[in-house]
Amino acid sequence: MRHALMQFAPAFPEIFVLIMISLILVVDAAVDDGKRFLAYFLSLVTLAGASFLTLRDFSTLPVLTLGGLFIDDPLSDVLKLFLYLSVAIVLVYSRDYLRQRGLYKGEFFVLALFALLGMMVMVSASHFLTLYLGLELLSLSLYAMVALQRDSSVATEAAMKYFVLGALASGMLLYGMSMVYGVTGSLGLGDIAIALQDGTDLRIPLVFGIVFIVAGLAFKLGAVPFHMWIPDVYHGAPTAMTLFIGSAPKIAAFAFVIRILGQGLESQVSDWRGMLVILAVLSMALGNIAAIAQSNLKRMLAYSAISHMGFMLLGILAGSQNGYGSAMFYVLVYALMSLGGFGMILLLSRAGFEADRLEDFKGLNRRSPWLAFMMLLLMFSMAGVPPTVGFYAKLSVLQAVVEIGYVWLAVAAVLFSLIGAFYYLRIVKLMYFDAPHDAAPIKASPDARVVMSVNGLAILALGIMPQPLMAVCIHAIRASF
Amino acid sequence: MRVDMQTLYLVVPLAPLFGAIVAGLFGRLVGRTGAHVVTIAGVAVSFIASVLVFQDVLAGHTFNGTIYTWMTLGDLRFEVGFLIDALTAMMMLVVTFVSLMVHVYTIGYMHDDPGYQRFFSYISLFTFSMLMLVMSNNFLQLFFGWEAVGLVSYLLIGFWYTKETAIYANLKAFLVNRVGDFGFILGIGLVLAHFGSLDYATVFAKAPSLASETITLWPDTPWMLMSVIGILLFIGAMGKSAQFPLHVWLPDSMEGPTPISALIHAATMVTAGIFMVARMSPLYELSDTALSFIMVIGAITALFMGFLGMVQNDIKRVVAYSTLSQLGYMTVALGASAYSVAVFHLMTHAFFKALLFLAAGSVIIAMHHNQDIRYMGGLKKYMPITWVTSLIGSLALIGTPFLSGFYSKESIIEAAKMSHLPGAGFAYFAVLAGVFVTAFYSFRMYFLVFHGKERFHQGHGHGNEPDAHHGHDGPPHETPWVVTGPLLALALPSLAIGYMTIEPMLFGDFFGRAIYVADRHPVMHELNQEFHGAMEMGLHALATLPFWLAVAGVGLSAFFYLKRPDIPAAIAQRFSFLHRMLLNKYWFDELYSWVFAKGARALGGSLWRRGDQNVIDGFFVNGSAHLVERFSRLVRAFQSGYIYHYAFAMLIGVFALVTWFARLN
Repeated sequence: MRHALMQFAPAFPEIFVLIMISLILVVDAAVDDGKRFLAYFLSLVTLAGASFLTLRDFSTLPVLTLGGLFIDDPLSDVLKLFLYLSVAIVLVYSRDYLRQRGLYKGEFFVLALFALLGMMVMVSASHFLTLYLGLELLSLSLYAMVALQRDSSVATEAAMKYFVLGALASGMLLYGMSMVYGVTGSLGLGDIAIALQDGTDLRIPLVFGIVFIVAGLAFKLGAVPFHMWIPDVYHGAPTAMTLFIGSAPKIAAFAFVIRILGQGLESQVSDWRGMLVILAVLSMALGNIAAIAQSNLKRMLAYSAISHMGFMLLGILAGSQNGYGSAMFYVLVYALMSLGGFGMILLLSRAGFEADRLEDFKGLNRRSPWLAFMMLLLMFSMAGVPPTVGFYAKLSVLQAVVEIGYVWLAVAAVLFSLIGAFYYLRIVKLMYFDAPHDAAPIKASPDARVVMSVNGLAILALGIMPQPLMAVCIHAIRASF
Repeated sequence: MRVDMQTLYLVVPLAPLFGAIVAGLFGRLVGRTGAHVVTIAGVAVSFIASVLVFQDVLAGHTFNGTIYTWMTLGDLRFEVGFLIDALTAMMMLVVTFVSLMVHVYTIGYMHDDPGYQRFFSYISLFTFSMLMLVMSNNFLQLFFGWEAVGLVSYLLIGFWYTKETAIYANLKAFLVNRVGDFGFILGIGLVLAHFGSLDYATVFAKAPSLASETITLWPDTPWMLMSVIGILLFIGAMGKSAQFPLHVWLPDSMEGPTPISALIHAATMVTAGIFMVARMSPLYELSDTALSFIMVIGAITALFMGFLGMVQNDIKRVVAYSTLSQLGYMTVALGASAYSVAVFHLMTHAFFKALLFLAAGSVIIAMHHNQDIRYMGGLKKYMPITWVTSLIGSLALIGTPFLSGFYSKESIIEAAKMSHLPGAGFAYFAVLAGVFVTAFYSFRMYFLVFHGKERFHQGHGHGNEPDAHHGHDGPPHETPWVVTGPLLALALPSLAIGYMTIEPMLFGDFFGRAIYVADRHPVMHELNQEFHGAMEMGLHALATLPFWLAVAGVGLSAFFYLKRPDIPAAIAQRFSFLHRMLLNKYWFDELYSWVFAKGARALGGSLWRRGDQNVIDGFFVNGSAHLVERFSRLVRAFQSGYIYHYAFAMLIGVFALVTWFARLN
């Protein structure tokens, strides 16, 4: 590891995004309503530029910089690329939706990019301070995004709940961090790892610290019993915001967890593994079972998100590089599926019609066979049906769990995903076997349709050839640990 | 040079596969003519390549090697490989030649059928599968070919898939073959378990060292490993080659179009079992028990299936029972360790039986798809080519001296006579009596169809094959050249192939090391001592019992069906029980459908009611669904929407985690 003090080069993508945000703020203030596409266009340019910068300086070795606050390693680079990708997809899917609801303003793009910046910082953090900084930047942007539709009481309520509970979770996280600081005397993840290597006399404070940190992390992931905000926020927020919250931040949350638990508290794996087992089992159980009772698709996908995070935790709790790699694979795949799922709601919606109830999907096959087929692929993948990639993602985390000898956990996970298959397949049944409830033509824009096709087919293609992506994940983890 | 031969080996199976793919997947694109041109070209190429391979083998070049490794599992390798020796080369030649004839014939027979391209695709696919089966050098590929020919057979029996009897027949063929394949795969499994390899050469080389190995099937009864393997593999052969008691599917398979009856259910596929046992001769030679079992099964089939042929009225079914009986003959030869004789009969039978089937098909075309021989007669003058070729086929079948069937059948009878295994006496009696029976039913059909009064004008209700819709009036006329051509082409080998090849095939070293006979079973050796050339054998036949039995059979049938047609009816009435027994095929169908079909349904029904409905549906499915629903409602109640409930849940969570993990430390 090379210490490059005060060297800004590894943080160029972040700096670039920040500059572009400022530019968009200025530009958007100067143009009138007819030229909003400028902000949209500039946002896409930002993402493309950031991708270029990240790819250009793609690191093969971890580089610690900015006084040990910031790290640039293969893991962060790969995750950042997927962050840009998912934010870009979000922008494409939600453009028409936002325009129809009067939300097509510079604020949305600025907030989205600020959230992205926060996530990038989280992904590249090597210090409790930067981690927290990135997390708060992300969270505050998300609170504001949810509340963006000011005349909707549901959205406002959701934002309020999200904010209060998020603040509570942040408090817990900070408290836990302070405990760990008390035990180890440092805030840098690397230093913490070294300090804890040979054990410590302060076991009880350390365990307390870990519990609070895990609780804070669990809130961000939406693991049971820290999940209660998820259904209400997913449901209440405008679908475009839900799409955003449901995709990229999951990737950032994965990085957050892997940085703190996998890198900082690596030696304490026997402590946090037990906690994650409890969270994982509860999440898979509650997520899958509660989803069955939902009649709103956004709410159903919210519970589905809870169960998927439970599955991802399986990979992390394995505590091995294979486990981390499979969890990373899982979270990337989940982001892709989640984008497709919420994106489909956006594509089917129109002015004054949200298309977020299950019955709105009835007979979709007759209205648009292609979109129905894409949704079928997405649902199969979420349920874990081969040959879609969801199957492979589940398989790899299960393998990681079996490797550490937790066969019962793998069996339980399979049983819960079996229960989960019910509500995913119900969507398929509604689309293919029921008569359409709503006969209005689907007015999705061509670019959104193309992206949706790529999104759906990627699910299939990755399922047939999962190895390349899996290799990228394993490599990123190996090279960064 | 050798590399070129390998390419040639690949061409043999792949050319028909290519034809099958083109005709099957692009049938609409290439049209009817395109479909038959491409498939016939594929099979013709395959036939020419087979001839070249055959010449190469005659020159002393054999081949055993892997073409493609599918996967490796530990030490076990799953491969596609070819074993090319005299046995394979001969089978390749027979398969491609008969297949080529059938392809050409099909142009005429299926002329008006809407499924023309599909049919060509299937028969080419069959040719590919059969070639993969005979060319295999390992058990896995053998099994692949075995199942593939079974599949195509299933598809072709049910080719007219709107016809209920055809669907019944193909299902029956499929299910009965399942029984055989079950034994077959168990046998392969045993081979794998004890030899650790699926490769023929490895297994055969290791076989003698395992000759005295025993396994325990149930406590306190040790079984010879070789006997168990041999019998299990033979059970597979019993299904495929329709040996008693798994013979029931073959007569029903006549529901399929006639060309496939000739190709699959007479000449090639049904002989796969015979071929397999001959190929496995190094294994079978180690077990007298298995050989004895094979011989008895063969003898039962040879005689009792022949009896059934005497009362059939459907022209194709007569030939079908004759096929069953002849397969029994081959099986008897296998049991007597006279593998080369079995394969020899397989070859001669392929030619004359294909000829008889195609001739029957020609008659069926002329009769506008009415297959009942009681409404034929006197066709001799209307269909001269069909008549001559049928006569040749029938004469070959009954073993007329100098014709091909004579040499092979006579050798089988001699082999059975000389065998000393338990059951050989019965087998000898069965094959001897079978000669009379064969002669009787063959000429009964021949006389009823080609001689006697013309009865086709009284024929009512045309055949139920759905493609008979043209030119119903006027006298029957000879069929087009695409039909008669193959008949003539098959008549030649039916006449002469036996005379030409008996010496090298049975007593020369044609087969070389392809077939192994232990010194303990000297049947072939003894046969050799009695053999003094093909001409001598034919002349000598006039003084032997089988010849006069055949003459008696022909004579009796001529008397019954040409002179005194009232006698058979009187006999049928007199011995009505026997007659009914034969008409009902010994009630095997009833037995099977009663015991197995009904029993299986009853068992399934009770499992469904008790197990599925009560336990699985009632307890597990509905029970768990109720549970999930209740739980899910509970969760909904918790999701109250009040922020302080949510915060409370989080705090409780932290509290529980802290308590738990602090206590653990």
